[in-house]
Amino acid sequence: MIHIENFSKKFGDRTAVDNLSLKIAKGEIFGLLGPNGAGKTTTIRVLTMLTRPTAGKIVIDGCEASHQEQHIKSVIGVVPQHFNLDSDLTPWENLELHGRLHHMVPQVRNQRIEELLKFVELEDRAHEMVQKFSGGMKRRLMIARALLHQPKVLFLDEPTVGLDPQVRRRLWDLIRHLKNEGLTVLLTTHYIEEAENLCQRVAIMEKGRLIAIDTPMELCQRLGSYAVEWADEEGTKTKFFADRNEASAFAATLVTTTTLRQTNLEDAFVELTGRKVAG
Amino acid sequence: MLYDIWTVFWRDWLVLKRRIGRFILSRMVSPILYLVAFGWGLGRNIQVNQGSYLDFIVPGIIALNSMNISFNSVGSPLNMSRVYHKTLEEYLIAPISSMSFVIGKVASGALRGLLSSLIIILLAFTFGAHALITIWFAIALVLNCLVFASMGLVAAMVMNTHEDMANFNTYVLLPMSFLCATFFIPDHLPTVLRWLIEFLPLTHASHALRAIVSGGETPVFSLFIMAAYITAFCGIGVWLMEKVRE
Repeated sequence: MIHIENFSKKFGDRTAVDNLSLKIAKGEIFGLLGPNGAGKTTTIRVLTMLTRPTAGKIVIDGCEASHQEQHIKSVIGVVPQHFNLDSDLTPWENLELHGRLHHMVPQVRNQRIEELLKFVELEDRAHEMVQKFSGGMKRRLMIARALLHQPKVLFLDEPTVGLDPQVRRRLWDLIRHLKNEGLTVLLTTHYIEEAENLCQRVAIMEKGRLIAIDTPMELCQRLGSYAVEWADEEGTKTKFFADRNEASAFAATLVTTTTLRQTNLEDAFVELTGRKVAG
Repeated sequence: MLYDIWTVFWRDWLVLKRRIGRFILSRMVSPILYLVAFGWGLGRNIQVNQGSYLDFIVPGIIALNSMNISFNSVGSPLNMSRVYHKTLEEYLIAPISSMSFVIGKVASGALRGLLSSLIIILLAFTFGAHALITIWFAIALVLNCLVFASMGLVAAMVMNTHEDMANFNTYVLLPMSFLCATFFIPDHLPTVLRWLIEFLPLTHASHALRAIVSGGETPVFSLFIMAAYITAFCGIGVWLMEKVRE
C-alpha cells in the first residue's frame, strides 16, 4: 500500500531523513518509532504530500507521489500531531469543510458526518464551537475528519500525546477497529507500549536513518526474551537472556534488588537507539 | 475547480455570517472618524477643484478603507492559520489546486472589503457627500479590493510571525493610506516621490474612483494597472502555495 524507496529529505545542510526504504502492506498497522528529531514527522509530512522529498520515490495506492499527488491526497487521511481544527467553526462545519474539500456528494457527506460524529461520540456537541473542546475531544474530532472521505491509508502522528489513559485506550480500540475494516495505518509515537500494543510491525528511526524494522516480538527476542534489571551506583542496568533459568541464575548472583521480567519493546528501543550505555 | 473555489469561499462566508453584526459595527468606526475629522472638521473651509473637500475625500477614504479591510481580512487570518493554528494544512492535504485556494481566499477578502465600502458610501451620503456611483465605480472598487486581498495573501505566505505582519502594515499600508492621493493630490510633492507614488496601486484606485465620481473620463489606464497588480499577486500567491511544500 505504501512503498518508499531511497527517500531522503534535506533542509539546507541538515539531513532530516537519509535514504529510507520501506514497504507497508494493505491492512497493516505500522509504527514508526524513534527519539525526538529522528525524522518521523518529516517522513509523515512527505508521505502526506505536505513536504516534497529531496530524493527518492514514494508510491501510495499504486500512484507515484511526484506524478499523481492529487490522487494520493484523495485516498489518505491525516491526523497531525498538533490540533489543527478550524476553531472558528463547529465540529459539524469542520467536517463539512473537509467533505467539501474532498468533493463528497452532499447526501453522502451528511450521512458520513452523522455516522462519524456518533463513532467518536461527539454527536451531541456537533454544533458547539470547537474552541471550547478538550484535547481528547479535539483529537477524536480530528480522527473523524481524517476518516470522513473513506481513505485507504490513515496517518497518525503522535495520536495520543497528552491524552488521559482512558481516552488513549479508547483510541487504540478505535484504531484496531479501523484496521479490521481493511484500513492501512501508519502511526508515529513516543509511547513504546502503544506501538507494542497496536502495531504488527515497527520501524525504529534514529538521526534520519532506519535502524531496525520488524515485529515488536522479533525485536524483543533479538535481545533475548528475558531481562534482568538492577540498580547500582551508576544507575539502572539491564542484561538480557534467551533463557529464563540463565536469567534467574544471573539475578541470584546480584546482591541488590533485581527484577526479572520479559523483554519489552522499550528495551529493544533503548538498546537500538543507544541512549543507554551498556554496562 | 469552481467547486473548490466555492468551498474555500464558503468557509470564510460561514465565519463572516456568524459575525456579521460585529463586522458591520466595527467597520463603521474608522470611516466615521475620517469623515468627522477630515470632512467636517478640517475640510469645512477647504475647496478642492471647485468642489467641497468632503466630496473630494470620500473616494479617497473608500479606496484606503477597502484597501485595509481587504488586506487584513486575508492577511492576518491566513498568516495565523499558516504559522500558528496550522489550519492551512487542511487545505494543503486536500485534493484541490493551489489556484482554487488563492482565488477563493482573495474573493472572500474582497467581499469583506466591498461590504465595508458599502457601509462608507451609505455613511458618506448621510454626511452630505454628493457622489456619482456608476458601474465603473463598482468595477474600480472591486479591482481595488482584489488588489489588496491578493497582496494580503502574498504577505501572509511570506511573513513568518504575527509581528512581521504588523510591520508590513506599518511600512507598506500606512504610508500608502496617506500618500496615495487619498487626502490630497500629490502634484506638489518632489518628482522622485511623485514618481514612486504613481507606481503604487492605491494611487490608481484613488485616481480612478475620483475620476468616475466627478463624472470625468473612464480611467482605463488606472484600471489596467490594478488588474496587472491582481494578476501578479495571485500568480505569486500560487507560486508561494507550491513553495510552502518544499
